[in-house]
Amino acid sequence: MLKSYTEWLLKWKYAVVALSLLTVALLGYGASRLGFTNDYRVFFSADNPQLLAFENLQNTYTKNDNVMFVISPEDGQVFTAQTLEAIRDITEQSWQIPYSIRVDSVTNFQHTRAEGDDLMVADLVTAAESLGTEELMEIRRVALNEPMLINRLISKDSAHAGINVTIQLPGVDQMKETPEVVAHARKLREDMMQKYPGIDIRLVGIAMLNNAFSEASMHDGQTLVPLSFAAIIIVMFLLLRDISSTGAAVLVVLFSIVSAMGITGWLGMRLTPPSASAPIIILTVAIGSTVHLLVTIMQEMYKGMSKHDAIIESMRVNATPIFLCSFTTVLGFLSMNTSDAPPFRDLGNISAFGVIASYIFTVTFLPAIMAILPVKATHHVVGTSPMIKLGHWVVSHRKKILPFFTVMSIVLILMISRNQLNDIFVNYFDESVPFRVDTDFATEHLTGTYSIDYSLDSGAPENVSNPDFLRKVEAFADWYRQQPEVIHVNTITDTFKRLNKNMHGDDPAMYALPENSRLGAQYLLLYEMSLPYGLDLNNQIDVAKQATRLSVTIKTISSSQVLALEERAKAWLHQHAPELKTEGTSPAVMFSHIGMRNIISMIKGTTLAFILISLTMMFALRSVKYGFISLIPNVLPAATAFGIWGMAVGEVGLALSIVTAMTLGIVVDDTIHFISKYMRARHEKDLDNQDAVRYAFRHVGVAMWVTSTVLIAGFLVLSLSAFELNASMGIMNSMIIAIALILDLFLLPPLLMSFDKRSREQAHNEETHI
Amino acid sequence: MKFATRYCFALLALVSTQLALAQTAEEKGLEIATEADRRDSGFIDSSATLTMELRNKQGATSLRHVRVRSLEMKNDGDKSLSIFDAPADVKGTAFLTYSHAKEPDEQWLFLPELKRVKRINSNNKSGPFMGSEFAYEDIGSQEIEKYTYKYLRDEVINGVDCFVVERTPTYEHSGYTRQIAWINKKEYRPEQIVFYDRKNDLLKTLKYSDYQQYLNQYWRAGKMHMENHQTGKSTLLTWSNYKFRNGYKDSDFSRNSLENAK
Repeated sequence: MLKSYTEWLLKWKYAVVALSLLTVALLGYGASRLGFTNDYRVFFSADNPQLLAFENLQNTYTKNDNVMFVISPEDGQVFTAQTLEAIRDITEQSWQIPYSIRVDSVTNFQHTRAEGDDLMVADLVTAAESLGTEELMEIRRVALNEPMLINRLISKDSAHAGINVTIQLPGVDQMKETPEVVAHARKLREDMMQKYPGIDIRLVGIAMLNNAFSEASMHDGQTLVPLSFAAIIIVMFLLLRDISSTGAAVLVVLFSIVSAMGITGWLGMRLTPPSASAPIIILTVAIGSTVHLLVTIMQEMYKGMSKHDAIIESMRVNATPIFLCSFTTVLGFLSMNTSDAPPFRDLGNISAFGVIASYIFTVTFLPAIMAILPVKATHHVVGTSPMIKLGHWVVSHRKKILPFFTVMSIVLILMISRNQLNDIFVNYFDESVPFRVDTDFATEHLTGTYSIDYSLDSGAPENVSNPDFLRKVEAFADWYRQQPEVIHVNTITDTFKRLNKNMHGDDPAMYALPENSRLGAQYLLLYEMSLPYGLDLNNQIDVAKQATRLSVTIKTISSSQVLALEERAKAWLHQHAPELKTEGTSPAVMFSHIGMRNIISMIKGTTLAFILISLTMMFALRSVKYGFISLIPNVLPAATAFGIWGMAVGEVGLALSIVTAMTLGIVVDDTIHFISKYMRARHEKDLDNQDAVRYAFRHVGVAMWVTSTVLIAGFLVLSLSAFELNASMGIMNSMIIAIALILDLFLLPPLLMSFDKRSREQAHNEETHI
Repeated sequence: MKFATRYCFALLALVSTQLALAQTAEEKGLEIATEADRRDSGFIDSSATLTMELRNKQGATSLRHVRVRSLEMKNDGDKSLSIFDAPADVKGTAFLTYSHAKEPDEQWLFLPELKRVKRINSNNKSGPFMGSEFAYEDIGSQEIEKYTYKYLRDEVINGVDCFVVERTPTYEHSGYTRQIAWINKKEYRPEQIVFYDRKNDLLKTLKYSDYQQYLNQYWRAGKMHMENHQTGKSTLLTWSNYKFRNGYKDSDFSRNSLENAK
């Protein structure tokens, strides 16, 4: 049947090529609709409890998306007339940033002070240029003693200052909105650095983070995709030594990528850094099928077969394995749909589209174009004789190999426990990304990007100024301020205390909470009435005046440290203010949970993939026994790779929760090839188990190491990504595939030989039983 | 001859139209504002009850009840006194404002719990009025000098024939670059105002409704709805119990009057 299909295909080769091109063009047109997401929230599913808690908080209070300018004067002193004037100027200009609703800095801080019975409310700095030494000292004193400013908009050593721009995106088209904000802020930064040459300016904040996601995706697309194509072309040419067949293989891969990305575009999916790595993954995975088909064509032609016959023979031998390999790979990718993080579901689906497309093009376009193009097969495929030697070696050393691998595997699997979960979203970007460098700088010198927010509930509407409640909030804030991880705590109690002092003639002794609810409520009203444009109480107090937000800025710490800190805070609340007990929430908290959530969600997917792929193996090999044997080299690579990772790195995160499922469908390919060749040798060629192993080495060894090398190379390219999730996924996948190759060559044959009886008779008997 | 006469009339009509057109958009805008101001002058004083409903994007609301007294001033912004009735904790808090067109307003606050009057010295006219989506500059009396004007066009909104006038604040610290006001052609009262922020982006829309006429002259809106397009928050002011010519004296709007305001 396959023969007549291929005959038919070759008869209509021009039509097939034309139809392929048309299909690619139609599908590929959808790629023009592709866009990049720029919102860190895409990493969370819609029903993620940490996301819901955070959105709930953001809906209750003013959203805190922002851009922050970090101002660092060369002379290390913010409180000079020149620097303050620059800050005042930038503050003023920042109101022009698109979607900005509020700008806060040390200059426009609403400084309140008492003058008799007058309450003076004014910008802390107005005419900066004309300030004398004494006034500068006074401004410095006020700023450094103001809990709202210190470690937030001014550093303790007064060497760095921040200008915080609160952004409220309409959310109509975030694809456009965030880049608009970032472009304006960057232009302003450049202009201001020219205008004030003695001042260094850096940009941090959530808008910059969001933008970094899309920039990282585009950067990967522009650098890594061409690089991986170059790598594939070189490897294919070295292997095949023929321009036509190399070109044909590259075209199949290109068509697969274009089709997959086109479908993605048609479906309206937005790319994220993980899903933007799909082209590289498709390229890496899809090339395998073409290698198998092309290598057989070349081998047969080298033996003297005509091109036409060689293509038909290659299709006959390879069509089924190619289908099975593609099928298991697709299963592995599709199992990523159980991930809790949507970008990885997208990555799985896009890659699955690509693999399906590559299968279709490999069994239609590739034979057709090979029939059209001139092909010369003048050389033997490299590596065949070393493979034969390796086969002999493995057969003769099988008794030593088996215990060696058993011990190694056990040791490495024990090392898995050394891995600790860690997702630090700032560190998702490597130092080639300005966002990372600037954020690290800001965290070290001024204030953090990491935070934990609380909505503390007073129990009843209009009750937020209740002194009992406020005392507990104050104590909670004080406790937090004593924690070593904490940079800054923003709490309404500081405002109450300042107002109480102001209302009592600035008497420092009156820097205390109001004595009763009514006074507190009246202070709050006074405060509300004195707030400037763009600020309202809603930053810190909900509409019903029932709850208040307490924001804790922390250093960039690991997931486990974030969770531990949050846990300590909960324990404190439980002990000292049980009625206030609540969950802390923030992007940092969300990302701290994401690794564990994904591992749990992926256990289901990985198990499902494992079962389906194992069943496929048993069906493909038509043997339950061989199916079970094949499980060992299929499961061990991921397990031992995590052990090696545990020893070498020790930290796993979001990306690594999906690699097991993702690679499972890929690593089984070599096992299928090896076992099926082994079985063919035993049953068709009637060889004993040792000879069958040697046969398998000779016939499929080269293809195995070539496809594995291509896969390893492709995933290593991915490890160059500036986006850490992609990079660690790339390294881990390379490692898993390398281990899988080693196990398939060294462990699988001894396994087959020890589980399989040696004699031919028994082999025959067994066959009749199955 | 007949032809000549006709020709002359036509010419005259044309010239007069041209003359009318010669009035610049700025002049026409000012003319409309002046007429609106003229019609609203002479009410002397007023009192009313105000319910303020604050609403966030998610629909959570809170209510405030305030009594407001105003005293009309010649050649200056009006004086107004607001006394809080609810929420309970702020009951008796009184707020006195002397509004000015181009200078910062003068403000005093009486906190009953503190039993003291505090003067609030700030130039935060652009800040929110009592935590609402209204800024002080939106709620204070609308003096002619507060803006420069430009007539844009005529337009019918909600079945009302309006002048559409662009107003640019003259106050240095205003939160707006401009406002577009729809002024009822017949009654010279605002029907809608759209506010543009400092970067000239759409910020808020204020809609007036339930107008009632008092003393056969003065139109007061029963409802003023301000929607902030950037934050999704809104404020509804509901006015009732309007009374005019209560015989308030200047001393009823003095600092000392605050403590006894009831």
